[in-house]
Amino acid sequence: MAGKDTWLISVTLLILFLVVWHVATLQKAFDPKGLTEEQLQLMEFNGDIVRNPDGSYAWNPEKEKVKGVPGPLTVLEKTRVELGEAFEKKGTNDHGIAWLVLYTVTRFAAGFLAASVVAIILGVILGLNKVLYRAVNPYIQILKPISPLAWMPLLLYTVRDPKWTAVLVVFMAAVWPTLATTAFGVNSLRKDYLHVAAILQLSWIKRLYKVILPGAAPTIVNGLRISFGSALVAVVPAEMLLGELGVGYLSWIEWNNLDIAGVIFAILVVGAVGVVLDSGFNKLAGLVTYQE
Amino acid sequence: MEPKLTSEQYFEKTVERSVVEAVLRAAGPSRRQFLAGLGGAALTALIAEVLPLGKLTAFAADPVGKPEKKDLSVGFIPITCATPIIMAEPLGFYKKHGLNASVKRAAGWAMVRDWAINKEVDAAHMLTPMPLAITLGAGSVPVPFYMPAVENINGQAITLHIKHKDVKTAADMKGFRFCVPFDYSMHNYLLRYFLADGGVHPDKDVQIRVVPPPEMVANLKAGNVNGYLAPDPFNQRAVYENVGFIYKLSKEIWDRHPCCAFTVSKEFATTYPNTFGALFRAIVDATHYASNPAHRKEIAAAIAPANYLNQPVTVLEQVLTGTYADGLGGIKKVPDRIDFDPYPWHSMAIWILTQMRRWGHLKGDVNYKAVAEQVYLAADCDRIAKELGYPTHNATAMKHTIMGKVFDPSQPEQYVKSFKIHSMA
Repeated sequence: MAGKDTWLISVTLLILFLVVWHVATLQKAFDPKGLTEEQLQLMEFNGDIVRNPDGSYAWNPEKEKVKGVPGPLTVLEKTRVELGEAFEKKGTNDHGIAWLVLYTVTRFAAGFLAASVVAIILGVILGLNKVLYRAVNPYIQILKPISPLAWMPLLLYTVRDPKWTAVLVVFMAAVWPTLATTAFGVNSLRKDYLHVAAILQLSWIKRLYKVILPGAAPTIVNGLRISFGSALVAVVPAEMLLGELGVGYLSWIEWNNLDIAGVIFAILVVGAVGVVLDSGFNKLAGLVTYQE
Repeated sequence: MEPKLTSEQYFEKTVERSVVEAVLRAAGPSRRQFLAGLGGAALTALIAEVLPLGKLTAFAADPVGKPEKKDLSVGFIPITCATPIIMAEPLGFYKKHGLNASVKRAAGWAMVRDWAINKEVDAAHMLTPMPLAITLGAGSVPVPFYMPAVENINGQAITLHIKHKDVKTAADMKGFRFCVPFDYSMHNYLLRYFLADGGVHPDKDVQIRVVPPPEMVANLKAGNVNGYLAPDPFNQRAVYENVGFIYKLSKEIWDRHPCCAFTVSKEFATTYPNTFGALFRAIVDATHYASNPAHRKEIAAAIAPANYLNQPVTVLEQVLTGTYADGLGGIKKVPDRIDFDPYPWHSMAIWILTQMRRWGHLKGDVNYKAVAEQVYLAADCDRIAKELGYPTHNATAMKHTIMGKVFDPSQPEQYVKSFKIHSMA
């Protein structure tokens, strides 16, 4: 019951928002009163207005997109057109939105997975070794808050390849939170577990799989969650700055054309991709549970 | 004037001359004096003893040497200056010369520079000062670059916010905030020249910021800046958006000034000589095609789609045909508002270097002539123009007139010292 209520409220809020947006961006129909023939010609020449077949004039719909903030209908129209061509490739710089999403998700997945593997391995090593952990921890604390984009010029300069640079920026965003929490989680495992493992004389591998990783799993997953969020945030600006085709670069291209409807569409796509990835990740994370 | 040569003779002569030039360039100063004292014929004979000139001529004369690499990528910035580079793809100029090239859009000059240096693209659209700056290592790692061809001449403008309708001279612009697209750009140097000519010190009396052109329009809209000197279509775009007016076309500052360029790294040109030759031919061909006013509408339609410039056709047509709304309610007709001529005059490079000196972008002594000849491949450009049946030149330097003041490329240092307003230490 409560669920239903909030759902209703959500929809009402959305409708309210769309109505306000629509009304706020409404334009009066074009009225040629008080304008000379010459002025009308100039306005037509400049793309302000278009001549209808019956000789009357109307605002140029092309220009509606760039006049201040476009209304929801303009954005809807843009969305329809873009989704209609989702799988098309028109040359090297104009790929459909489905392709762009694919590129971005691939880039994101590669960086995030690599970072997770590296971070968990290093984290376990650090977590098991108190001395090393204390020695290295200050560096992790210093490196963790550095914005991943701050690394970009340095990475670009060293790897000399924008495609890899984009993946590495995502890597940089994702590696620190997981590393720090894994090390912390392994470090604060209950000593009884490790003692039991020692008494049972489990092999190293078994110890890792049966005791250490499951024991630290909740903390590790928490770290992965934080990493996931910051990687998602990093991938879009990385694409913007590097000019790699993807949803991040899409908003930049639309901005290049000052097509605000296109920019809004790109933002919506980024949001949709984020929601889908996030819920998928949460489902996976939910599998990693254990009872004391 | 030399006596008329057949094209074969002319070609042999060109090959010989380039070899001689290369030898002279490679020789040390004392040896150079000795060699230069020999005179052309004796020197050629001397070189022929150790270098198979005939073979070299045959090699260079083979215009359809198979490209070593067919699939190319050429970087560009979405502005009308890149017209020949862009249109060569949809209109088939790359194909015509045996290449499968595609153009790759960058979002800023630093990006295109990094792509070119990191070999993400094989060739790139740059601003005419950039290959000079990159070669000299100003603002980047020094990497030797060639500029085989100029893309466009003219084609920029000073655009001001509509509220400055009454501004008449540079002096009225004191305290303004301007944008230019890049430090090492003709836009920056022309704006500075214009302001200084009117007694305004560009580093003290106004602010000049480096901003990507689309942001210039948005900033003008928001009132954050008073104006900018930008490449088109962003001047026309300000008129189209009803926020700015075109105060002065750059051609009124220096008619036929260079703007953008087609560039390759020295490494690319020497590793793939045939590919480079084919690419060079495609670009010269496209540039000449674009210079014909009759083709401008067709070109505007070809480069408007989202894959290339992603701009309204009406804006591009106004830029390319030169019949445009000026933003003050008038319609102007300036057919050469933007024009296309590939020949990279060494004197253009020398002028750019003098301005780099003048505004502190280059410190210390500059060997103007040597840098210009190393980067701007005028002789090669003419050789290809001749091959394709386009007019050629009989000099690589000329005197230019900028805002009524004559620039003599043989006296660059004097020219630099002649300015009262400068930012030299």
